Amino acid sequence: MKIIVAIKQVPSRDAQVRIAPSGNWIDETDLEWAMNEPDAHALEEALQLKEKHDGEVVVVSAGPERVAATIREALAKGADGAIHILCDDLGARDALGVAKLLAAAIQPEDPDLVLTGLQSEDLGLGQTGVILAELLGLPHATLILHVEKIETGIKVKRELEEGWFQSIEMPLPALVTMQSGGNKLRYSTLMGIKRAKTKDLRTVTAVELGVDAAPVVTLEQISAPKKQKSTQILTGSPKEAATALVEKLKTEARVL
Amino acid sequence: MSLFLVLEESGGKISRLSWETLAAAQRLTSAEEIVAVVVGADTAALAAEAAAKPVGKVVRVEHPLLERYTADGYCAALHQLIKSRGPAQWVVFPHTYQVRDYAPALACRMGQVLIGDVTGIEGGAVFTRQLLQGRLNGSVRHHENGPCLVSVQAGAFRAGEDDAHANAEPAPIEVFTPTLDPAQIRTRPSDPYRESAQTVDLGSAQRIVSVGRGIKGQENLPLIEALAQALDAELAASRPICDSGWLPLERQVGSSGHTVAPRLYLAIGISGAIQHLVGMKGSECIVAINKDPDAPIFEVADYGIVGDLFEVVPALTEAVKMAK
Repeated sequence: MKIIVAIKQVPSRDAQVRIAPSGNWIDETDLEWAMNEPDAHALEEALQLKEKHDGEVVVVSAGPERVAATIREALAKGADGAIHILCDDLGARDALGVAKLLAAAIQPEDPDLVLTGLQSEDLGLGQTGVILAELLGLPHATLILHVEKIETGIKVKRELEEGWFQSIEMPLPALVTMQSGGNKLRYSTLMGIKRAKTKDLRTVTAVELGVDAAPVVTLEQISAPKKQKSTQILTGSPKEAATALVEKLKTEARVL
Repeated sequence: MSLFLVLEESGGKISRLSWETLAAAQRLTSAEEIVAVVVGADTAALAAEAAAKPVGKVVRVEHPLLERYTADGYCAALHQLIKSRGPAQWVVFPHTYQVRDYAPALACRMGQVLIGDVTGIEGGAVFTRQLLQGRLNGSVRHHENGPCLVSVQAGAFRAGEDDAHANAEPAPIEVFTPTLDPAQIRTRPSDPYRESAQTVDLGSAQRIVSVGRGIKGQENLPLIEALAQALDAELAASRPICDSGWLPLERQVGSSGHTVAPRLYLAIGISGAIQHLVGMKGSECIVAINKDPDAPIFEVADYGIVGDLFEVVPALTEAVKMAK
């Protein structure tokens, strides 16, 4: 089974984000980057499927030079090869534009299964996988916790709202977007990191893929959210703050 | 210009979020221009419910193959509907798991991009949505000609309580039968199921103490349990805690877990991503304890303590016991 995993590099969870002077994105100077967590779960699911059924796992990621570090991490964890779609204008492309880039790179690979995370931790659009399925003409399922290979294709466990689940069967090739939490992420080993250096990392540019950037929707401006409530911040030592809070909860909010 | 409002069913009725979505639609166009859409194999009851609302028309998109939701079925049926009715300016959805599953593909089929998870309308074709787990807001503009597709976040718009005009005639109802072939539906979904019997009912809890990533490890949970016990509160958590298996899934609050509205909700070490906030922001009194003063949880909190939870929580447990 040949599995493609689409991964994105995003600002690391603990990174301090500041609005860039342009006003329409964050300041990327000195930012720390990481593999998007749901994508890491997609990679893990792909690696587990490969271990069970044999085959090949190829990761694909779009973005500037820095993305190579995240691709190396995926290779170190066990992916067999990678395609880096080199583009410096990822932020200027909308979800359709990014999906077109990925589709153009994935199509010639002729995969049996395409996996990706359900959404990115930066833009949080949750659309790339679904659009990619539409562009590739594949059946899809989203918010998946587990993928099982069956005779007729795959059977996936889908998360619904309020603690409900559903299983879905579909033929291959197919595309699945993974929810986090369905599998346990592995760490890269020293051996894995060493091996990653010898693995096949191909680079292709957006121009070579023949995909232009003309967006349908654009992110015009970003801003700090307005407060929905006026929060009373209780200060002092932990003990003072805790005592003041209990007093407020008793006499002001009357919930104790 | 007309607006398609795609409604969703929950427990045999139109969902509450669908009516919040109607409130958003009313900000975009006049009631007469709103075409409410219900989808399924038998939508008579849902259509009648929708017709009583201030909408211009109700369309029943009906086909035996739409009995159970599939992305293939919904995309094909709604695409045919939108094409058949001439140019629509807007197609508006509630932002649910189901909509997330098909609306991006439907938009793509029309050369469009869904503006998803919208929390505000800034005027024209500019919408507000959250970025970076709620730490920032983004203003997103739609440029193209052709319909603008938008999905609306839960809790962002207030559903009209009395917008069913008592004396007004119900809106006219039409049936639209899409052309669907069983071979078009490539996925085979099962009935929904639950993993295990529920042992805790967070929905009816009066007090909830909820814990997030800030707790760092499962071995630190007794700290939170002690506070919950002192407050006579139920213990809950944000998604990462349940993903790690530190607490069972049935204690998860948020869009993928439970929606709760206790009298007191204490969020400890929870940054407050939108997925969590939608599950708890209806609580009467919200307290946040977090080391990051910019954490989005403070945007919805009534009271906050900025500090190290490992120092604040034991002090709070003591203070609660003292006050008894």
